[in-house]
Amino acid sequence: MAQTGRPLSPHLQVYKWQVQMVSSILHRATGIILAVGSLIITWGLASLAAGTEAYASFTACAGSALGMLVMLGWTLAFFYHLANGIRHLVQDTGKGYAIGSFVRSSWLSIIAAIVLTAITWAFVLTGGHA
Amino acid sequence: MSKDLRNPLARARGLGSAKEGVGHWMTQRVTAAALVFLTLWFLCTLLGLLHADYATARATLGKPWNAVLAIAFIVTMFRHAVLGLQVVIEDYVHTRWLEVASLVLIKFIAVLAALTGVLAVLRVALGS
Repeated sequence: MAQTGRPLSPHLQVYKWQVQMVSSILHRATGIILAVGSLIITWGLASLAAGTEAYASFTACAGSALGMLVMLGWTLAFFYHLANGIRHLVQDTGKGYAIGSFVRSSWLSIIAAIVLTAITWAFVLTGGHA
Repeated sequence: MSKDLRNPLARARGLGSAKEGVGHWMTQRVTAAALVFLTLWFLCTLLGLLHADYATARATLGKPWNAVLAIAFIVTMFRHAVLGLQVVIEDYVHTRWLEVASLVLIKFIAVLAALTGVLAVLRVALGS
């Protein structure tokens, strides 16, 4: 596309914020986050194959404060993309496009992501015995 | 009476106005459906290994079913990621050379990472 200096989509600055657009933007944002996360997963698998030393340095990174924060963010991004992805698959069948149900399912994706992340991390932080 | 204004040949080819059909769209959905199960399997396996030592983690991934699912997970994940990132780049990168370079770059990175992941799982599963 030619560089004309005219404002281009997405026109975030002129729209009133609504949950429908937030759920759409979050789906792309979490997708990008998960794509980066997939490289970290690959690093973890490669370290497991490389031997005890490599694996120890990977788990040390993952277990550090920053590592835990990244994994918490990854979990939230994952569950959001999962919930909203299932929502999109349902919508691909032509269902759920009435404004009311579209807004409700947007909120459902967001709430499901938060709840599932909370459950997962409750399990992790209680030492996996919950 | 048919209201379809397209040429019957164009209709039979099924490639549409974008000239490449629904391949991208459909692959995105099929990989998404597969990833619903593969990612949940991966997360559950990961949570099961929370306090596992190196030998346990390696033995778990090395089990045949886990190795197969791990490879399926890696390949499907990177395929899905490339399709998604491609759309984002096409939508928001408006400088043509940067757009093309980004599209090629994500494909190179995804293929290398997928091969690295598959090789890692095979090394663990085959014990070398």
